Amino acid sequence: MDFIFSFFIIGGIIVAALNGRIDIILDAAVSSAEGAVQRSINLIGIVSLWLGIARVAEKSGLIAILSKAIAPVFRRLFPSIPKDHPALGCILMNLSANMLGFGNAATPFGLKAMQELQTLNDTPDTASDAMCTFLAINTSSVTIVPATIIALRTSAGSKNPTEVVAAILFATTCSTLAAVIFDYIFRFFSRRKI
Amino acid sequence: MIAEALGASVSWFIPALIFVVFFHAHLKGVRVFEEFVEGAKEGFFMAIKLIPYLVGIYVAIGIFRQSGAIDVIVKLFSPVLRIIKAPTEALFVSIVRSISGPAALGLMMEIFDAHGPDSFIGRLASTMVGSTDTTFYILAVYFGSVGIKKARYSPIVGLLADFTSFVASVYIVRKMFL
Repeated sequence: MDFIFSFFIIGGIIVAALNGRIDIILDAAVSSAEGAVQRSINLIGIVSLWLGIARVAEKSGLIAILSKAIAPVFRRLFPSIPKDHPALGCILMNLSANMLGFGNAATPFGLKAMQELQTLNDTPDTASDAMCTFLAINTSSVTIVPATIIALRTSAGSKNPTEVVAAILFATTCSTLAAVIFDYIFRFFSRRKI
Repeated sequence: MIAEALGASVSWFIPALIFVVFFHAHLKGVRVFEEFVEGAKEGFFMAIKLIPYLVGIYVAIGIFRQSGAIDVIVKLFSPVLRIIKAPTEALFVSIVRSISGPAALGLMMEIFDAHGPDSFIGRLASTMVGSTDTTFYILAVYFGSVGIKKARYSPIVGLLADFTSFVASVYIVRKMFL
């Protein structure tokens, strides 16, 4: 993460300097910082709402029921998470919200899942295997209903806004498979030194 | 037809989910309001804790994007593009996609305006934007929210998956629409 962070900032400044547009750097930095806070403020409501609902579901035992139901599939993907652990339920909720195209609902469950995974992590500053797998699947996101894309295509006057759904399904399946496979390979070769 | 049916069931999904959660909790005798507030409190602090991480990632991405550094990367990769027969613009979309969601949507709409949503590049952009997520943003926010400093191989896996999606998108859109 440190490397990428420095790469973006240093690379950006060098390129801007070479292009003779060094004046935009300060502008970009300040407006991005403001945008980030704006975004976080908007997140407060959504995250509070969904974690409130998630807490109710957890207390009633609904998340435990879900975790148990998907345990057979998830045990292969996440061998380090104990059976019936609430992390599984949160991961399921996050991934299914993502699949259906509800980015807003997905984020709170994802954050909650990370919190649960962190309780299982014995090196709190370093990502655990389960976290890496979870984020690999999450960032490659299996999308079944690309609602936003369809809406934007419609508003741009497409004759057939949904014609890309099959293509998206194909590409997203490929990328998620690739994510799972690469994750497995890297996990295998990077046995953590503790 | 199928898309419409999917769309209808999607608009039912969230209300149904919330209904099931509260109905089940009520049956189990959970103190619903108290627990909701407790969870919401957790969410509040989580969102506040995220602010510094979001500021960091937004600033880095903002500088990188507005400086034109992305164009440099696109140029570096243009020999590879020629091999897989992808338009340069497509790689640009793909790179932007993995660092900023709103920017990728904006770029896609720009392409729709310039070439039309039913053009080759319009379809390709739709497919690429629809098939992956904002890798760097998600990694920063999710790891940041629990204080993880070392992401290990996560960024590499994310990028490899994004690249796979790029290649797969080019392949399938050529196959289906050309």
